[in-house]
Amino acid sequence: MKSFEVTGKKDTRSGFGAGLLELGKSNADVVAMCADLTGSLTMHHFEKEFPNRFFQAGIAEANMMGVAAGMALAGKIPFTGTFANFSTGRVYDQIRQSIAYSGANVKICASHAGLTLGEDGATHQILEDIGLMKMLPGMTVINPCDYNQTKQATIAIAEHQGPVYLRFGRPKWPVFIPEDAKFEIGKALMISPGTDVSIFATGHMVWKAIEAGIELEKMGISAEVINIHTIKPLDAQAIIESVSKTGCAVSAEEHQMNGGLGDSIAQVLSRNLPSPLEMVAVNDSFGESGTPDELLVKYGLDTPNIIEAAKKSIARKSN
Amino acid sequence: MSSVSELPVVARQVRRDILRMVHAVNSGHPGGSLGCADYLTSLYFEYMKHDPQNFSGDGKGQDVFVMSNGHISPVFYSVLARSGYFEVSELATFRKINTRLQGHPTTHEGLPGVRVATGSLGQGLSVATGFALEKKLDNDSSTVWVLTGDGELQEGQVWEAVMFAAHNKVDNMIVAVDFNQQQIDGSTGDVMGITELKSKFLAFGWDVLEMDGNNYDSIHQVVPQAQSKLGGGKPIIIIMKTEMGQGVDFMMGTHAWHGKAPNDDQLADALNQLSETPYGDY
Repeated sequence: MKSFEVTGKKDTRSGFGAGLLELGKSNADVVAMCADLTGSLTMHHFEKEFPNRFFQAGIAEANMMGVAAGMALAGKIPFTGTFANFSTGRVYDQIRQSIAYSGANVKICASHAGLTLGEDGATHQILEDIGLMKMLPGMTVINPCDYNQTKQATIAIAEHQGPVYLRFGRPKWPVFIPEDAKFEIGKALMISPGTDVSIFATGHMVWKAIEAGIELEKMGISAEVINIHTIKPLDAQAIIESVSKTGCAVSAEEHQMNGGLGDSIAQVLSRNLPSPLEMVAVNDSFGESGTPDELLVKYGLDTPNIIEAAKKSIARKSN
Repeated sequence: MSSVSELPVVARQVRRDILRMVHAVNSGHPGGSLGCADYLTSLYFEYMKHDPQNFSGDGKGQDVFVMSNGHISPVFYSVLARSGYFEVSELATFRKINTRLQGHPTTHEGLPGVRVATGSLGQGLSVATGFALEKKLDNDSSTVWVLTGDGELQEGQVWEAVMFAAHNKVDNMIVAVDFNQQQIDGSTGDVMGITELKSKFLAFGWDVLEMDGNNYDSIHQVVPQAQSKLGGGKPIIIIMKTEMGQGVDFMMGTHAWHGKAPNDDQLADALNQLSETPYGDY
């Protein structure tokens, strides 16, 4: 395994806030809306700096999506902010009709996604949002892995014409992507090359995959760790190239197994290169209250689960 | 269009178009379309500042119209075609495979005149408010016009938008609610009362006007009055009383023709009541 320099722990939502602030300075067309969660999404920096381009929607997410659609269709680049649950399931029809079907250039930015939201519990821990959003025609779905990548992704999506779902989270998480790394939408990022198994991870689970890769190496297993920050459009070529070499795969995500990244990878592999694939994801269950670490352990999304999945996938390879 | 006196004649042609369009595919929504024919004709041929030959989706420098009650697409398509956004002959493709004239209006097929998809109710006012805010950011002094159904006011999102527009002083937008008091399952009073509309909108901080949307004297009095309130710090709504099915006797006074097309005999009867115009059928 390649070694990584961890430069500290930071929350990905702050990466979003920092990226948005930079965009405010560099792109006059960027406007922002938030549904009463400016502090939680760290949008207050943008609000303070650019009050005329910030619109407080109140606790009224459906209207926020509609207003953002209107501003986008009229030529602006709106970034909406609220929790992932309220950014997707609550407003699915508004996103479907007023944004996706209408081709509105809205950036739907969603924090507190997944189990690592922690103590607030299952009402807020959406584990279905990737599936909901990836099904919409024309929707780009991005789940960056650390503070720096979230900031880079936030800046990158402003240049992309079309609706985007950007998913990030609440906890402080290791920062290991270099500050000056280039973010390319739809391009898988090689974290560490290997030969025995491909581990495709997204969001917070990329760090867990790195930890697993380090442990696997001690056991004599060479894991290739790849960061799939863009779930749609999926970098099928990178997946096929990697599995052509390793012969088996593991997916890791903070999401339901149904409808998540693993599903998308399974589709690519079954159509192009049938190979063993083990999925580390929540298995048809709601979450609950607890610390992020406790929840990842309880729901089978921790480092040892990835290690086990890798071994199982390798064992399934036909010789 | 050279004179206001021709508006009723154009509207009569629009009504003929509506009936022929829904009859041809035995589907669509004639009732509300007929009820709103006079208002939409008045907007597109008299009051709106727009350039059908140079349509742009973003509507910069032009008035923008958002029809939230997308099911009355027949009246929208007819008025768009008759005012020059596309050839009137294209009305014959309404609801047919590969058409730009989808059952409900959409930007997806590139039909000039449509700026957002509508159909799932309650969303248009929010989108229109976004257009209005963008115009303010751009110092664009043109107006955003919105048409919404009255049954549609049962959707919660509408009231989120009503609150938002007042809070943000969206005073470059004129909304008309098609107050025909009918919806698919019956009268609005029976299905889900939307009583005291004027008081409701006043309480939310809007400027409220009332109009008979099937009476040109009323339209020509109230629409300019609404325009005179633009820039006054409040969003503006016209509670527009209309008759569902207006112009065709057997379609009036009932909700039965909300989403039902006439058969051959009924079409002949209806067209007989709406005599041919100099503009000609498509």
